[in-house]
Amino acid sequence: MTSTVGQDVGALSLARVEGVDKVTGRARYAFEYAAEGAAYAWPVQATVARGRVSSVEVEGAVGRDGVIEVLWHANAPRLGDTGDASLAVLQDDRVAFRGQVVALVVALSQEAAREAAAQLVVHYEAAPHDSVLTADHPSLYKPATINPGLEPDTTAGDPAGAFAASEVQVDETYTTPAEHNNPMEPHATTASWDGDSLTVQDSNQGGQVVRQTLSKAFGVDPENVRVISAHVGGGFGSKGLPRPNVVLAAMAARIVDRPVKLALTRQHQFSLVGYRTPTIQRLRLGADSFGVLSSIGHDVIEQTATVKEFAEQSALLTRMMYAAPNRRTTHRLARLDVPIPSWMRAPGECPGSFALESAMDELAVAAGVDPVELRIRNEPAADPGSGLPFSSRHLVECLRAGAERFGWADRDPRPRRRPDGRWLVGSGVAASTYPVNVAPATARVAVDTDGHYTVSINATDIGTGARTALFIIAAQRLGVSPEQVTILIGDTRLPRAGLAGGSMGTNSWGWAVEKAAAKLAARLDGEGGVVPAEGLDATEGTAADLKDQAPFSRHAFGAQFVEVRVDVDSGEIRVPRMVGVFAAGRIINPITARSQLIGGMTMGLSMALHEEGVMDAEFGDYANHDFASYHIAGHADIGQIDVSWLDEQDPNLGPNGTKGVGELGIVGTAAAVANAVYNATGVRLRSLPLHLEDLLER
Amino acid sequence: MGTASGDEISTRSDVRLSVNGEGIDVTLDNRTSLLDALRDHLGLTGSKKGCDHGQCGACTVLVDGRRVNSCLTLAVAVQGTDIVTIEGLAVDGDLHRLQRAFIDRDAFQCGYCTPGQICSAVGMLGEADRGWPSAVTPSAVIEFDGAGALDADEVRERMSGNLCRCGAYANIVPAILDVAGLP
Repeated sequence: MTSTVGQDVGALSLARVEGVDKVTGRARYAFEYAAEGAAYAWPVQATVARGRVSSVEVEGAVGRDGVIEVLWHANAPRLGDTGDASLAVLQDDRVAFRGQVVALVVALSQEAAREAAAQLVVHYEAAPHDSVLTADHPSLYKPATINPGLEPDTTAGDPAGAFAASEVQVDETYTTPAEHNNPMEPHATTASWDGDSLTVQDSNQGGQVVRQTLSKAFGVDPENVRVISAHVGGGFGSKGLPRPNVVLAAMAARIVDRPVKLALTRQHQFSLVGYRTPTIQRLRLGADSFGVLSSIGHDVIEQTATVKEFAEQSALLTRMMYAAPNRRTTHRLARLDVPIPSWMRAPGECPGSFALESAMDELAVAAGVDPVELRIRNEPAADPGSGLPFSSRHLVECLRAGAERFGWADRDPRPRRRPDGRWLVGSGVAASTYPVNVAPATARVAVDTDGHYTVSINATDIGTGARTALFIIAAQRLGVSPEQVTILIGDTRLPRAGLAGGSMGTNSWGWAVEKAAAKLAARLDGEGGVVPAEGLDATEGTAADLKDQAPFSRHAFGAQFVEVRVDVDSGEIRVPRMVGVFAAGRIINPITARSQLIGGMTMGLSMALHEEGVMDAEFGDYANHDFASYHIAGHADIGQIDVSWLDEQDPNLGPNGTKGVGELGIVGTAAAVANAVYNATGVRLRSLPLHLEDLLER
Repeated sequence: MGTASGDEISTRSDVRLSVNGEGIDVTLDNRTSLLDALRDHLGLTGSKKGCDHGQCGACTVLVDGRRVNSCLTLAVAVQGTDIVTIEGLAVDGDLHRLQRAFIDRDAFQCGYCTPGQICSAVGMLGEADRGWPSAVTPSAVIEFDGAGALDADEVRERMSGNLCRCGAYANIVPAILDVAGLP
């Protein structure tokens, strides 16, 4: 382990395997498969936030302009157990949130389907709704578990007593808004039945669960359901679970007896595919005059829907981030008449780090300690929540390396000390962390008599570079050149594998690929290095290996440094440069890993400056439903982003020594920006996004 | 354009489009956008639908050399123009310089905004060659006929109609500057 930055040392840096397909337009996404005689389906969304659908005027619609079917709960086929209430579409008359699918128009052209959906008359019995999250909402309750099945509350020692007795105290509340994943490719499905066999080309982060869901919903054998996801236009958590589009497309295809294509619109994305819950987070930090923590409290209030519970683990990182003998975390949910929140890039760590890392900056100011030094002083020897040793933890090294790359030593900690013309300049820091997750996977590696190797695994590359990373793992393990290897992913006919989620894709799939490649190499040795006429293959799974893992607290870490410039007149915030230094185990493919980390920081900057789902209390829905009103970062928002990593070697991980980089980059970015804005202006903003009007002098 | 009589076909038109140098005859619903015509009727799915409202740029194609949002353009309205899509940029299998630069710089992740980014960049470089200023071009530069000189800030401004949710901007801008021969 070195503390210098070694981006490409010893690694084979390969351009994406599918790069040419993507830059030439040849790569096919879910909606783009040819399907002879396909019809087009268009969802109709509820215009009330709570109530019942009393009737739909189907008669006026069907038969006109190529409309061949209108499905609603009175005529839609009954589904089997979907295992997920959000997928029981058109099964009853209940409206649980505005934007819920209440009908589906199927027509011979997209134009006809869209127009008929817009014209369709739906009658409701509306009921009063309650869609606004407040800190004292009467429905607040403690969920049984928080995502992904963890304790909602933890306590150690006497956090309240220790806080009260602390020389330096920070007791502040931070809020984050609803944020919408918005992958560039809206969710889409092409569904085709052949007797009792169903094939879907679907936009998802893992076809296995899609297959299981469709099998149960339509009562067909899982072997008869094929899910193909060769290319997926981003997901960021929103495609981690099957969404209504895939169930509706399969349902419609069965009813109209022809293939059906269904692409959600950008507007649909805001109600039907999950989003990040708004959060209200109270942080209490108690420390001595040196900034050494004795008490950490993190109490979280969030929302969930009435259809299905989702409890975001926003205080989870506070359990393991900094040392303190007295600590507590809690999560409470308000059950509201709102679209169903779900995973969005780094659920928990992302919003939670805005609160924790902002509070740490406030503590640094209150204690008069440099914020980098403050974090170093509170570095724990072992995971303070679980008591387990860390498999590796190089946060301090990341902070030091980042401070050097950024030029932190020159920083004046006092706010408003760096005017530059009409701009106030400031800098801020925050730490990043993300757990190392892994799920069972199976891979097959085969070689033919020409010496060509084929790697098969139902992994999904949603833009992460996983396809290329697995390709590299196989080629390196087999000791062959990349031209001798073909990789097949994104098809449930391939060996079974889990989600592209939780930053565990390459970690989980790479383990199986490494194991299968090693087995094949051994078999080939057994044949004296000569491939027999029928070829040779090996299939290996990792389920048993995962159970045998030694108990460690496994996390990736990082440090982010941000420079901001704030316009003294308008309050406009610009971010000319960002530096991120990470420690995430072995990096398989530097070029794509770097892109992942840059992408995470870019989305974090977007979160800091732009993203805000605005709840319309009157209608009970998010009022902004497109890119004109829900802003995400564009080209002009992004300056220099300097990403690097430590050469971290952790023997307590899987065989590839990987931790995962998909989510790490977004954790802490928004706090670093807010902390820099404080340094620039002296104004502490505790709500995201950072609004310019809050920076103007009153 | 043939607009036949009778209720049944009055909403459809026989359209002749020139796409990537090839003339194509197709009968389309008059409501069909250029984007849907390309994707659903001509099998050219390289142009992407990210918003269908002209807000994301994923559908960007070149019409008579100028970049347009094909989702906001009716197919019947672009007869007689030369349309170039992402599929038309590579010549005889040789990638366009921007396509090569995007690969070399890893200027994409999921790839869904990529055809639009590349087509937009082709159009943008043409605008710069013609000396068109952008919103960040200083007025003094415009007065001295110096508009069109590119640097990173100019590229960022001129490319801001093309969103990328994976956050590849920090690689896209260098890729475009490479092709423009700029540091």
